[in-house]
Amino acid sequence: MPQLSPELERRLTTAVDRMPAFPKSVQTILEMTRNINCLPKSLVGVVEKDPVMTMKILRVINSAYYGLPNKISSVGQSVVYLGINTIKNLALSFAAVGILPRFNSAGFDVQRYLLHSLTVGSVARLLCEKYARGEADPGDCYVAGLLHDFGKVVFAQFMSAEFVLALTIAADTDKPLHVAESEVIGADHAYVGALLAKKWQFGETLVECIRDHHASDVEPTPMLDCLRMADAICRKHAFGDSGNPWRDEELARLPTRFAADIETVIASLGDLNKHVEDARSFAQIGAEG
Amino acid sequence: MKVKMWGVRGSIPSPGPRTVRYGGNTTCIEVRSDDDSLVILDAGTGIFPLAQSLLARLPVQANIFITHTHWDHIQGLPFFVPLYIPGNKVRIHGAFDLVSMQGIEQVMNVQLQYSYFPIREAELKAGIEYETLTVGESVAIGDATVTPVLMNHPVTDLGYRIECNGKSVFFTGDHEPWLNIYAPEDEGHAEYQTMVEQRQAELDAAIGPVDLLIVDTAYTQAEYPQKIGWGHGTFDTAIAMARRVGAKRLLCTHHEPTRSDDDLEKVFAEVLARHPDPGCEVMLASEGLEIVL
Repeated sequence: MPQLSPELERRLTTAVDRMPAFPKSVQTILEMTRNINCLPKSLVGVVEKDPVMTMKILRVINSAYYGLPNKISSVGQSVVYLGINTIKNLALSFAAVGILPRFNSAGFDVQRYLLHSLTVGSVARLLCEKYARGEADPGDCYVAGLLHDFGKVVFAQFMSAEFVLALTIAADTDKPLHVAESEVIGADHAYVGALLAKKWQFGETLVECIRDHHASDVEPTPMLDCLRMADAICRKHAFGDSGNPWRDEELARLPTRFAADIETVIASLGDLNKHVEDARSFAQIGAEG
Repeated sequence: MKVKMWGVRGSIPSPGPRTVRYGGNTTCIEVRSDDDSLVILDAGTGIFPLAQSLLARLPVQANIFITHTHWDHIQGLPFFVPLYIPGNKVRIHGAFDLVSMQGIEQVMNVQLQYSYFPIREAELKAGIEYETLTVGESVAIGDATVTPVLMNHPVTDLGYRIECNGKSVFFTGDHEPWLNIYAPEDEGHAEYQTMVEQRQAELDAAIGPVDLLIVDTAYTQAEYPQKIGWGHGTFDTAIAMARRVGAKRLLCTHHEPTRSDDDLEKVFAEVLARHPDPGCEVMLASEGLEIVL
């Protein structure tokens, strides 16, 4: 894959500092933290649904100052290390940046992107619990799902002209979005998401999952399998919108660890509606979304 | 190695007849290594009498280690008189603050502002250096080493393990043992519990067996349910910690500011009655107490 120029890399990494979080988490955190007795678990429940806040917290906790022996991969773990008050104040400082506008100049609907990320996270967790128990951590699979497309929201926010062109190519031709991004921008969202995650010292498996979620030539891992299958399920059933329309020929490339047929896998997970409705409510999208 | 307590009170200085035996100054501990290198743990108001004691022997070379930047652990810093005397060297160590994204150098900046203190940092005459620490990375001070360990408090708090020629002391700073933020019936309870237990085991390993363990025991077991999340431990959790790490002696400090000397002795007697065999010698910290290891 062609590399980003050092200047562009620098621009994208510093840009994330200024990236606002999603409306529901910002509003809820501002409300919750006015109450001194706000429950830690409620706060965690909000922060861990927001890809921007989660990304920023993992960045902070994995920074070199804490020299932690193992990389931290979840908001819950971050609370154990930093304490809820630090997480609360970090969340407030992220909330103070502002709110991601639903529509940006790339025309990329970030709330439908959020719905996609949340449902991929939830489904990846369910898949792990059912098909990869003991081989991968369900919480890590959730975070991988939540963050796998983070590069897209970075493109939408900071490289909107190029990204809109890539989105148009993906919608109007048979090229998948990541291929269109590579052509237009010189790197796809998976590369950029992984670049940020690596720079901020996230765990190697998480970096690899983000980097490889579209790659066809990598050795599958249990976590990557869960992520890819979850992504396929959510795109096929249009839970949110990743900007990358589902194509039936993808069925042939799905991970083989699950049941032979995608609909059988979905049926084996029980009722997904509750997860989708929770995600819709957080993404502030009605049933039409 | 010698350890001397100069401030043993938590939260706010509490002078007066009710606290005269144990002392009202906030946290400050002097540690002298075998070669007489000076380590000062925290700069609560107890650092002021310590500073007076240092003036007889100039120049002073002091290594201050701040556990965390809450007022009761830094308030005495501008009154650390050696800072004003040319020829002295003061090195201030502490944690990186994730929320302000600043290192320990902000500790003086914040306090020495025009409206709050008459002297600017630029006017201090001693050689002053700051070192923002990385958790787990030891710092050599003379013949001693100081290792910062991440604790649990509402702001980043570093406990310090000091070793010198086979003797060791650990000070927690302010620390509350981790609790599960989920109720047993919540979905995330088991996962969080695993993380808490791992974290506890990591901390115990980092503290390790010590000759002297100095622990925040702000509350009694009975008071604690009203203080959950405030970032402090109890006498009972301190005894449990001492037992787990194999401490030879446990010194209880950060006394609750409204607790009189009589009350402190009363609750301490109750604790000892509850733990007739605590596994090590357990003592109450008092101003002026000196322990030679």
